[in-house]
Amino acid sequence: MTNPRVSIQTQDFDLSEEVARLQAGDKRVGAVCSFVGLVRDRNGGAESSVQSMELEHYPGMTEKSIEAMIDEAHQRFDFFDARVVHRVGLLQPLDQIVLVAVTSAHRGESFKACEFLMDYLKTQAPFWKKEATADGAQWVDARVSDDAALARWGIAGSNAVE
Amino acid sequence: MKITVRYFASIREAAGTSSEVLQTQSTTLAQLRDELIQRPGATGAALARGRAVRLALNQVMSDESAMLADGCEVAFFPPVTGG
Repeated sequence: MTNPRVSIQTQDFDLSEEVARLQAGDKRVGAVCSFVGLVRDRNGGAESSVQSMELEHYPGMTEKSIEAMIDEAHQRFDFFDARVVHRVGLLQPLDQIVLVAVTSAHRGESFKACEFLMDYLKTQAPFWKKEATADGAQWVDARVSDDAALARWGIAGSNAVE
Repeated sequence: MKITVRYFASIREAAGTSSEVLQTQSTTLAQLRDELIQRPGATGAALARGRAVRLALNQVMSDESAMLADGCEVAFFPPVTGG
């Protein structure tokens, strides 16, 4: 396949274009499942508390780790192709931040692979968020609930726990 | 041996640099972390035992028992928060 599976970029993405490219000319595809994550204006607290968000990554490792996640997903689920786009840099509430899209013959495998990739990405891909609030900028803490989500797939999550 | 050490997010800010090249006698990641903790300055404090620090060796998540090799790349960072 000529299209890249993983892109880390500052610019926005278009869901329709990404899905069209992923399934283009592939007559085996009967299902496309996609997930888009957005920047919210809150993080557990009051609305409008988050003014903007800065995303940092580990160039090289981030791409490689997501490639490895897609390979792992192929071992577990019967899908054709997957595409992951993750934005970095300065983002605002309402901005799109992450896309995962998966094609398969039937819906079940693409639903599962899409959720697996997101759960994996949340706890294993090297990205860090720093939120700007009225009280200043602060790094976002990892969530134990994200480790629990990964544990459902039989993978011991230990990102948030010391 | 000579290694490259990289820092990200809050640890990068504490270290005041995103990477450095080190000459080290340490043989494992645990020894390297202890060596950096003992250095005076903010980097050591950011890596202190009890702090949530994650490590990568040659751009793969690693635990502290992993062995260093000449020319390797080690990274220290807080728990990841992407997605």
